[in-house]
Amino acid sequence: MTDLSQALAPARPRLAGRLKLALCIFALMAAVPPLAHALGEPFLIVVATRMMVFAIAALSLDLILGYGAMVSFGHAAYLGFGAYAVAVLSRAGIDDLFLHLLAGIAASAVFAALTGAISLRTRGVYFIMITLAFGQMAFFFFVSFSTLGGDDGVALTARSTVLGMPLLQGAQGMFYVTLALLVLVFAGLYRLTLSRFGRVLTGTRESALRMQAIGFRPFPYQLTAYVIAGCLCSIAGVLLANQAIYVSPAYMSWHRSGEMIVMLVLGGIGSLTGAMVGGLVTIALEEGLARYSEHWRLGFGLILVLVALFSPGGLSGLLRRLGLGRDAT
Amino acid sequence: MFNLFLLQLLNGAQFGILLFLVAAGLTLVFGIMDFINLAHGVLYMVGGYVMAMMMGATNNFWLSLAMVLPLTLAVGLVLEVLVFRRLYDRSHLDQVLATFGLVLVLSELVRIIWGSAPLSVAMPEILSGSVPLAGPVRYPVYRLGVIGVGLGVALALWFVIARTRVGMLLRAGAANRSMVSALGTDINRLFMLVFAAGAMLAGFAGAIVSPILSVDPGMGDSILILTFVVIVIGGVGSVKGAFCAALLAGIVDTLGRMFGPIILKSIMDPAAAAQAGRTIAPMLVYVLMAAVLFWRPAGLFGRSVAR
Amino acid sequence: MRLLALSTALTLSFVSGALAEDPVKIGVLLTLSGPPAVLGEHARDGVLLAEKALGGKIGGREAEIIVVDDEGKPDIAAQKARELVEGQGVDFVIGPIFSNIMTAIAAPVTQGGAILVSPNAGPSNFAGKDCNADIFVVSYQNDQMPQVLAEHMNKQGIANVYLLAPNYQAGQDSLNGFKAVYKGDVAGELFVPLGQLDFSAELAQIAASQPAAVYAFMPGGMGVNLVKQWGQAGLSSIPLMSAFTVDETTLPAEQDAALDMLTGSNWAPDLDTPGNADFVASFKQDYGRVPSLYAMGGYDSLMLIDSAVKAAGTEDREALRAALKAADFPSLRGEFAFSTNNFPVQDFYLTKAIKDDEGNYRTSVVEKVFTAAADSYVGECPMK
Repeated sequence: MTDLSQALAPARPRLAGRLKLALCIFALMAAVPPLAHALGEPFLIVVATRMMVFAIAALSLDLILGYGAMVSFGHAAYLGFGAYAVAVLSRAGIDDLFLHLLAGIAASAVFAALTGAISLRTRGVYFIMITLAFGQMAFFFFVSFSTLGGDDGVALTARSTVLGMPLLQGAQGMFYVTLALLVLVFAGLYRLTLSRFGRVLTGTRESALRMQAIGFRPFPYQLTAYVIAGCLCSIAGVLLANQAIYVSPAYMSWHRSGEMIVMLVLGGIGSLTGAMVGGLVTIALEEGLARYSEHWRLGFGLILVLVALFSPGGLSGLLRRLGLGRDAT
Repeated sequence: MFNLFLLQLLNGAQFGILLFLVAAGLTLVFGIMDFINLAHGVLYMVGGYVMAMMMGATNNFWLSLAMVLPLTLAVGLVLEVLVFRRLYDRSHLDQVLATFGLVLVLSELVRIIWGSAPLSVAMPEILSGSVPLAGPVRYPVYRLGVIGVGLGVALALWFVIARTRVGMLLRAGAANRSMVSALGTDINRLFMLVFAAGAMLAGFAGAIVSPILSVDPGMGDSILILTFVVIVIGGVGSVKGAFCAALLAGIVDTLGRMFGPIILKSIMDPAAAAQAGRTIAPMLVYVLMAAVLFWRPAGLFGRSVAR
Repeated sequence: MRLLALSTALTLSFVSGALAEDPVKIGVLLTLSGPPAVLGEHARDGVLLAEKALGGKIGGREAEIIVVDDEGKPDIAAQKARELVEGQGVDFVIGPIFSNIMTAIAAPVTQGGAILVSPNAGPSNFAGKDCNADIFVVSYQNDQMPQVLAEHMNKQGIANVYLLAPNYQAGQDSLNGFKAVYKGDVAGELFVPLGQLDFSAELAQIAASQPAAVYAFMPGGMGVNLVKQWGQAGLSSIPLMSAFTVDETTLPAEQDAALDMLTGSNWAPDLDTPGNADFVASFKQDYGRVPSLYAMGGYDSLMLIDSAVKAAGTEDREALRAALKAADFPSLRGEFAFSTNNFPVQDFYLTKAIKDDEGNYRTSVVEKVFTAAADSYVGECPMK
């Protein structure tokens, strides 16, 4: 065990800088609502909420993709489980946010454990595709689930309540609850990736064979990470349903899974802050560019191509090379 | 009933052949160059649009089809030089990011140039009829033509790969890239060739379906994911695998859609059967893929798990 | 770190865009990308043509029209609708094309304080139990177009029919509406996934069952492919009657393959009503194509809003609702009124695809089938 911590020791000083960057992001986000009101643009709060929801989703994917080298192409399924947990429970008259979260997490844990156990038999691109297969199965299940609107989705009557209080009703309440959950998810993942578990996971990413040689079976670690990532992503799903007041199978289509990978790679994998930046920036770009032109995808696509060609390591790699926040990632 | 079954089998095979034409190029690019190209579906779309454009200019089906080949080859070469060449040594994830961006750019360019309304391509008179198959059931000549062309392309590919020097280098390159390079073959030129040929095949597939399906900016998206399913079921890099998997996927999808509800009706009440049929049918291809990967984690004809 | 702060600030101001002033603001939320984009383009051009006809003013006031693409995806549409209503502060939203999108945007639009005017989609739930004082459907209720054909088939004595529709709300509405009026036997019924383009397997099933006729509902690109593949599969001997499958949005691609096919509609370019000929001529001149019923719906939607704003302004919500309900505008369809559920009472026609003297493919009125028809869900609507 000491071997391992020594091997990973050089990573230590980086971490503090990473934490600083995250704290700055949180502080900036917390300032959005007053800023938006000052600018007379309260809708910015809604946009920023959406940005943070996808930051949570990207963070959860980073645990398996960035730290565990498991490229899941079906991660949007968990977004759907969270969203449908809200739809199903609120239809049954249960409005509490915590129960919605719990249901979403439980459903995701079961699905992730079952499909993860099978998917982890494969490697590399086969893993990508088998996770896609399971994601598509979940997608088609909800598409034909006609009591919940099927393909058309289902409109919610109201947002979840927090301990009986309609805390999420206003844009501001929704925003701060989302921010709080973003901070929690980040902090949890930060601790997790520094723990023994996190270091073993990182070890399997670098070389599964070597980890086996020093006595770790990668499978239980990988599966646990896979389940945790699914559960965390369902939190984003619960928030997404509440934010849109609408639930649709489109949340779990392969396009979404692909977008989540793109967000993560755009931000930079394996640092948590990169994932967060990726989620925030992608949604901000989409929303921002769409206001200026019907053909916004052209600009967005060009940005992605340019980042991929000229900035390995995504946006956080770019920041690092610019010398800004050398300690940032 | 049996006639109908045969007819649907033929429909499935035709769909499968189409998938194969798109998948063949992708599996080579993926298997030999170890390159994940999400923009492959867009090349299929570009083939359709080039065909529609040439038809508008010449009004001659065969001439247009002949022009599609060099033009899509050229598009492939330009993309290779501008973008793909710089990504060969990078991680799969960087490739995903770049090619995803490329999908957005090319689709949007197509919309700007040709608009988003679907375009249609007229079918050559000689192939536009249908032949009697059994009783009142008939089969379109053009679709028989598609099956024939697909089989021809499969044979030609097999010949190139198994019997020619280029094919030998391709097989060697797939097995050990650096060794081929060390033995004095210009691996970069080989890659360029493979990539451009893959683009041409995808463009050709887009062109030959244009008279049956309409040409629209979303056509590449819908086929891309099925193409990946096909090459993974077949085993990445294996053209033979792609061929078998494409036929399998096409037939399973078509038969499942049509006969699934009928079979279910015999074991449950009709309304529930119709509902269940609609639920299960679109999943079948993915269930097939998950099952194949469960038993053979590297696909039907895959070489190694470590890829 | 400073760079990050700066870029966040930039992003935020970038996202915020333009600020609201006083003019009447109208959001236009339509499907403008993907295979069915052409339907949205027609509706958008109809709205813009009406704006031009009104001299850029709505109800005599300055107007701002903001066109947004819902991408054909309900989740995107819900997001865009909120942005229009809460972000841009629009007074009205004209949209959508597709019924599943209506489900997604109804709450964000009406709860956000705007009025939704649908130029096309008319799902059954909004005509019945979910009817809403802030939702006005200018087009029709989804069931009605198929019922035109069902009535026609009854008259023709067609004994059995095969039904084909995409598997989503409007598709189900369409087949249910058809079956409610049709008196013969249903030979079979197939739902295909929305967006499916290859119908070879479905056509084989139909060929094997040899029905007396087929009724299909296949909007946009799906319709183009169905019609093209119909003849290729050797089914020309079976009459294909359809709603939203053969119209001016799809005919340019279907061309001769669709000639003489029958459709139900509430309008056609050659409908003899005041102002219709002028509308068709100026649409052709400005946009280079024959307008469809989607274009007509867009045009009528803005004209309705204009009449209501002129009569009641936008401040007093109750007065505005009453003015909208009065429907005191010159519809291209001639006689037009709203039922208690804010869905129209209007005439319906059997139409046919033709190639006119100028070489344009378009639809043409064959005969009037229903006169001053309301939909069948009015009774379920609690509004009076």
